[in-house]
Amino acid sequence: MTQVKRSPWILHYDGSSCNGCDIEVLASMTPVYDAERLGVENTGDPMQADILLITGGINAQNAPVVKQLYDQMPRPKVVVAVGICACTGGVFKDCYNIMGGADKVIPVDIYVPGCAARPQSIIDGIIKARDLFQKRSEEHDALMKKQKLERKGEKS
Amino acid sequence: MGKKSVIPFGPQHPVLPEPIHLDLVVEDEVVEEAIPNIGFIHRGLEGLVEKRDFNEMVYVAERTCGICSFGHGMGYCEAVEQIMNVEVPERARFLRTIWMELARMHSHLLWMGLTADAFGFESLFYECWRIREHVLDMLEHTTGGRLIFSVNQVGGVHRDLNEDQIRYIKDNLDKIEEDMKNVEKTFFGDASVQKRTRGIGVLTKQEAHDLGAAGPFARASGLKYDMRLTGYEAYGKLDFEPIISTEGDCYARILVRTKEIFQSIQLVRQALDMLPAGDLNVPVKGMPNGEAMVRIEQPRGEAIYYVHGENTRFLNRFRIRTPTFANLPALCKMLQGANYADVGILVVSIDPCISCTER
Repeated sequence: MTQVKRSPWILHYDGSSCNGCDIEVLASMTPVYDAERLGVENTGDPMQADILLITGGINAQNAPVVKQLYDQMPRPKVVVAVGICACTGGVFKDCYNIMGGADKVIPVDIYVPGCAARPQSIIDGIIKARDLFQKRSEEHDALMKKQKLERKGEKS
Repeated sequence: MGKKSVIPFGPQHPVLPEPIHLDLVVEDEVVEEAIPNIGFIHRGLEGLVEKRDFNEMVYVAERTCGICSFGHGMGYCEAVEQIMNVEVPERARFLRTIWMELARMHSHLLWMGLTADAFGFESLFYECWRIREHVLDMLEHTTGGRLIFSVNQVGGVHRDLNEDQIRYIKDNLDKIEEDMKNVEKTFFGDASVQKRTRGIGVLTKQEAHDLGAAGPFARASGLKYDMRLTGYEAYGKLDFEPIISTEGDCYARILVRTKEIFQSIQLVRQALDMLPAGDLNVPVKGMPNGEAMVRIEQPRGEAIYYVHGENTRFLNRFRIRTPTFANLPALCKMLQGANYADVGILVVSIDPCISCTER
């Protein structure tokens, strides 16, 4: 396990899932599975979140909501698609109102399979997302540092 | 007089695990009107009957909702069985009842946790969900799934309980009953819980009746209305009385649901003791031809399943009326005149299941 320097906060949004995965996301935060021991915390505010857990497929009405939530999150950010519906559309792929998985509107980094996804696999997804977040924030920091130095150079 | 303003509530909100949007017309701190806007989870599941045959449709029906999945599968199967005149074996009826009651327990515990979370009692939320995991363990042990079980089929069930599993369930029920007594003490003895729930969101018996409320929400207002009394599956052979309360506030809703968990424990015990021997399912011949309507009691209230077939593999029409949909008008009534700070707990108190409502 890599050394963790940051505690990413999690935002959970229910796209158009059947509730099964949402409840499992919440269950993986509660004492028996306790994903919070990994340094993550569930938040309701997209502006403070680093990891977006999205469940369920995308339909016409929630596509702008998902897009907006993603845009509101500060960079760097990681998106985890939880459950088969968020990955591809799943059982509801053929429904007239489902456009497909979450990757139809936002870039998805990690796919967690399952119907409903089990807490163990959700935690696995969270760990992968946390490591990816660590990597991305280091890249982000390096970029910021570089830009700062460049600006200093321009001034002098 | 203050200025009127509109505050959007949802679709993404900390107290809501699911998206529902309410436009709250607020004057000072008081809500004047609530305008609901649903459709964020609409998938068009009922339309899948054109693409899935009536046996495969059981699995789709179960995925209407992840919390009440067993009931949806059971309601659908009952409706198709009614069209095809299938006599379900007695053992399957009892097994369905047992799983239905276990599902009710996990749903109510989930709701109690979310309610505690809605008024900021984090440790109580964790405690409720810890107990719920024991119920899920029982369900996983006997059906193979934590939330979506897929044990129903048209003509019966396809999993059995053996002696070990029955003993395991009985032992576990004792443990859950003990844990529940502790949680009950906190819910009904703690001053902070009382402050946030007593006298909040009162719905009178007449209002509940007029607005067509269903389930524990209606029973908390004094309506003695429980579909289990119609005696579907094995409920006719079990001894129980619907739990009602007359106060109609959030406190009464917690009270009714807590008592229903104890009632479910008793019902599972009764059903396990009476479990008859016999087949699990009967072979089904032919295609569904005709229509049927079935009413069952889901954890959230009365659900109606309508099925229409025209002698083909694919059904013509499948329709579900879910309890949350029936409870929304009452919720909007309840929100009028409520304090803005109470909106979260009021919305949670009807036990909203949006994915059932929008399908």
